[in-house]
Amino acid sequence: MANITFITTDGASTTVSGNSGSVMELARDHNIEGILGNCGGVCSCATCHVHVAPDDMRKTGEASEIERDMLELDDNADEYSRLCCQIVVSDAIDGVVFRVAE
Amino acid sequence: MPHDEAPTCLIVGASHAGVGCAFELRRQGWTGRIVLIDRDPHLPYHRPPLSKTCLTAEAGSDHSPLRAADSYAKDAIDLRLGVSVTSVDRERSLVLLDNGENLPYDKLVLATGARPLIPPFPGLDAARHVFPLRTAADVAGIRAALSEDHGKRVVVIGGGYIGLETAASLRKLGAEVTVLEREERILARVTTPTMSAFFAQLHADHGVKILTGKTVSGFRTGDTHSIVHCADGDEFAADVVVIGVGIRVNVELARQAGLEVSDGICVDASARTSDENIYAIGDCTYHHNPRYDRFVRLESVQNATDQGRVAAAAIVGKEAVYDAIPWFWSDQYDVKLQIVGLSAGYDRAVLREEAGQGPKFSIWYFAGDTLLAVDAVNNAKAYVIGTKFIQSGAPINREKLADSTVPLRPANLMR
Repeated sequence: MANITFITTDGASTTVSGNSGSVMELARDHNIEGILGNCGGVCSCATCHVHVAPDDMRKTGEASEIERDMLELDDNADEYSRLCCQIVVSDAIDGVVFRVAE
Repeated sequence: MPHDEAPTCLIVGASHAGVGCAFELRRQGWTGRIVLIDRDPHLPYHRPPLSKTCLTAEAGSDHSPLRAADSYAKDAIDLRLGVSVTSVDRERSLVLLDNGENLPYDKLVLATGARPLIPPFPGLDAARHVFPLRTAADVAGIRAALSEDHGKRVVVIGGGYIGLETAASLRKLGAEVTVLEREERILARVTTPTMSAFFAQLHADHGVKILTGKTVSGFRTGDTHSIVHCADGDEFAADVVVIGVGIRVNVELARQAGLEVSDGICVDASARTSDENIYAIGDCTYHHNPRYDRFVRLESVQNATDQGRVAAAAIVGKEAVYDAIPWFWSDQYDVKLQIVGLSAGYDRAVLREEAGQGPKFSIWYFAGDTLLAVDAVNNAKAYVIGTKFIQSGAPINREKLADSTVPLRPANLMR
């Protein structure tokens, strides 16, 4: 079981827990504002953009090549950006904080 | 029509467009009622995965919800599933439901989408295990039919994206798949010969039999399976048949209401129909695309969500103009096709192949010097750069573009 914290663009913080699926699905299941996942989680739309807290990058790992390319569509992307449909919820990411991108 | 109550926005159709519009209405500050209606009894779900991961997923996970079940109540969206709207009464501003109920509206949004085209093949009525692929129920039906103990011979009628994605998914499940395409190449209606040839080879490599120039003429149903007949005399035994030969737009409600209808429900840049209180969004609309300066009807998630957003803004009285660049994707086996723009009317196509393992290439479509569209295969970078060039309209150096020794970067493609 992993506890995951989302900080939405209004500054609100929500901590939820999960043990399977993707971080995008977890966000959807808990109505986290701003994570849309329009393509259903296949890295095709870049609407589930989050910034990983810098210290948590070692837990989530870095974006894959296709993810990095897709993030180029978003001017707000930075070195801590991920498309969270590509992050699997597991114990490995327990405690991670994601800031929902603008 | 004056009301004592808060105004009601009634949305017909709860798929990508209708659901997106409902939630966006709240975000945009609509304080009235929102009623969202769909005849499909399932909690609204993502449609693109139906022909892909939903077919191959573990039992019980055959669809993926668009929004969490409790999110509708949280946003005070009155979601009514399993009911159909039978007609619109514009005089009295209400819709009639198939359960006999009348619902009043102040603003009406038609997100009625499309339905699979099922040609009237002789013998079809008696044939078993014949499915289109548009709904969660279709997926459940295909999965159930294939899990039965008899054979796994699948005939897919139609070599478009739905047919090919289904073929790839069912192949993954171990089915023996034959695709029958009426045209001389698969994807003939939607892409170029180069791309068609690539996908034909991809499917052949995975053991799918793709036959072109095959016009299905009818079905004959035996004790255990069906025989699919073709006009040229060929016959194909099938335990399951999937029909993916296109769609029919659900314009009947709009037509009955007396709204302007062409190749779809006609809407302006704010997704408004010929009635100022009625909007239409998604697959069912026929709209002008300012970038390509022509009227289009688009079957895509992008069009559904973006047009839904525009309609929501317009409904709350904000300035809203739909001018998005269309984009699409298709996943088959380990190949991801991403398309940006509309290639129709191109006069030159530039093929760019990247070095390395596995297929990775892109086709760039131009009309004169103007980039119209990019088809990118396993190449999100080409898709993204193409998107940016279409957005900016900056001219591209086509010689450098075609030269795979020149790294694919915007600066390298500038002229």
